[in-house]
Amino acid sequence: MKATGETPSGVLDRRVRRSPAVQLWRWGILLGLLILWEAGARLGWIDGFYFSSPAQILQTAVVKWQQGNLWADIVYTGASTLLGFVLGTVAGSAVGLVFWFSRRVALVSEPYLIVLNALPKLALAPVLVILFGIGFPSKVVLAFLMTVVTAAISAYGGVRSVDPALETLMFSLGAGRLRVFSHVVVPSAMPWIISGLRVNIALSMAGAIVGEFIASDRGLGRMIVYAGTTFDLKLVWVGVVVLSLLSIVMYGSVVLLEKALGKRWSAQRT
Amino acid sequence: MSGLSKVEVQGVTKAFGDVEGTVPALERISFQVPAGGFTSLLGPSGCGKSTLFNIIAGLMRPDRGDVLLDGRSVIGKPGQVGYMLQKDLLLPWRSIQDNIILGARLRHVPVKDALTQARALMERYGLKGFEKRKPHELSGGMRQRAALLRTLLTEREVLLLDEPFGALDALTRLQLQLGLTDVWQTFRKTILLVTHDVEEAIFLSDEILVLSRRPGRVRRQLTVPLPRPRTVDMLASPEVMGLKKELLELLLKEEGSANESNG
Ligand SMILES: Nc1ncnc2c1ncn2[C@@H]1O[C@H](COP(=O)(O)OP(=O)(O)O)[C@@H](O)[C@H]1O
Ligand SMILES: [Mg+2]
Repeated sequence: MKATGETPSGVLDRRVRRSPAVQLWRWGILLGLLILWEAGARLGWIDGFYFSSPAQILQTAVVKWQQGNLWADIVYTGASTLLGFVLGTVAGSAVGLVFWFSRRVALVSEPYLIVLNALPKLALAPVLVILFGIGFPSKVVLAFLMTVVTAAISAYGGVRSVDPALETLMFSLGAGRLRVFSHVVVPSAMPWIISGLRVNIALSMAGAIVGEFIASDRGLGRMIVYAGTTFDLKLVWVGVVVLSLLSIVMYGSVVLLEKALGKRWSAQRT
Repeated sequence: MSGLSKVEVQGVTKAFGDVEGTVPALERISFQVPAGGFTSLLGPSGCGKSTLFNIIAGLMRPDRGDVLLDGRSVIGKPGQVGYMLQKDLLLPWRSIQDNIILGARLRHVPVKDALTQARALMERYGLKGFEKRKPHELSGGMRQRAALLRTLLTEREVLLLDEPFGALDALTRLQLQLGLTDVWQTFRKTILLVTHDVEEAIFLSDEILVLSRRPGRVRRQLTVPLPRPRTVDMLASPEVMGLKKELLELLLKEEGSANESNG
């Protein structure tokens, strides 16, 4: 039950993490950096054309928001990221889990998984756009491809970690293979599957954005490319900041999901 | 007595294949356990005791020989006997009571009935108040008790216990031994127990089988000459002392020859 994603954090560690001093420092440093950025741009230490400034970025964002495009782009990119993540995680986990039924199939597939994992799937983006068009589906497919292999590898790791004595016990109780699978294998593998979620949400977003970079008529990725080609660097920065926020929100949601699932599946921790 | 034994092991032989050839684990093991009997197996580690249990449980096929339960072969037919191991093997994501009814659930006993039975047993064997707890919240002794109840709730007439108390401290072990005796007498089970502990074998069993070092064969079969119910002070009687000495010497000889052949 070690691979539950979260590093082993003792009581002390948790207390320190929540302490007001730590919080103060964290936010303080962020604020300091923003002020430094703003001051730097205004006083000419850095080139405002390239680096813009927090105030300008905010202003551009507000204008964009009022035009109504920004929200539509956020939804577009967010939706393809989420859909790719969910489909990829479910399909990949299913494949990894099913390997439990046949050691031979698993052993034959193992090198393919490793190669597929190493394959730079983003390089496939142009092919996917040709195959699936410049619309929503090609983004989802790319996000899916980004996540499906790692999900399969996580789930397969979980399957291999199942205590053989537990399987023996189940068989001795007269359970068939399907029952052993659903009662022991799937729950045992859950912590491994859960631990893959954080990585996968980030990978999925990368897939969605690159898909938009290649060809798209909507989305935050497309907005950034468009702004770049028209030298509207303020807008590029808006895109980067909004993407970061979106990514933080998604990551946070996955962490919450992990916590909820973790409570259910890994009884080792309280 | 009646000639009809509950469990009959007939000439069971098993070898494991590996790269360098085959390693014999069991050689022509034969013995019988009468219905309601309590038989312990003693033997050096690696002599094939767990292998024998896996065969009796129908989880592994012998190369030769047969195992009969009520006169019918159980080879390759799991689920006919209750099986308990040294590790409690409670599912960590299930509550204690859900673990205890696992076997019953697999036999499609309605949850309600299984739970009623489980709760009564938990009360009787000191697990009351822990029904909804998760295994990691219990002590090792309590977890092993829960595992024993799960084995009991399989409602099989024969129970195989493979070093069930090996990992517990002396006092907890004694409590569980008393609990096991109670289970055995109340529910009239036929029990086969593997143990390393000579005293435990004497205290609990009607008969003791001593197996040789690998490949395991039946080296000696002894009857424990103690009346029932057994009490702790019987352990200090001269009969028990003599039996203990005899068993320890037999085991030492087996371990000793194992060391020689390894050296
Ligand atoms: N599945 C297996 N494959 C190969 N060898 C095994 C297997 N199970 C047990 N053995 C070998 O058989 C011998 C007996 O093992 P085991 O029955 O576990 O002994 P015991 O329970 O008496 O300590 C040991 O030498 C062990 O290494
Ligand atoms: Mg063993």
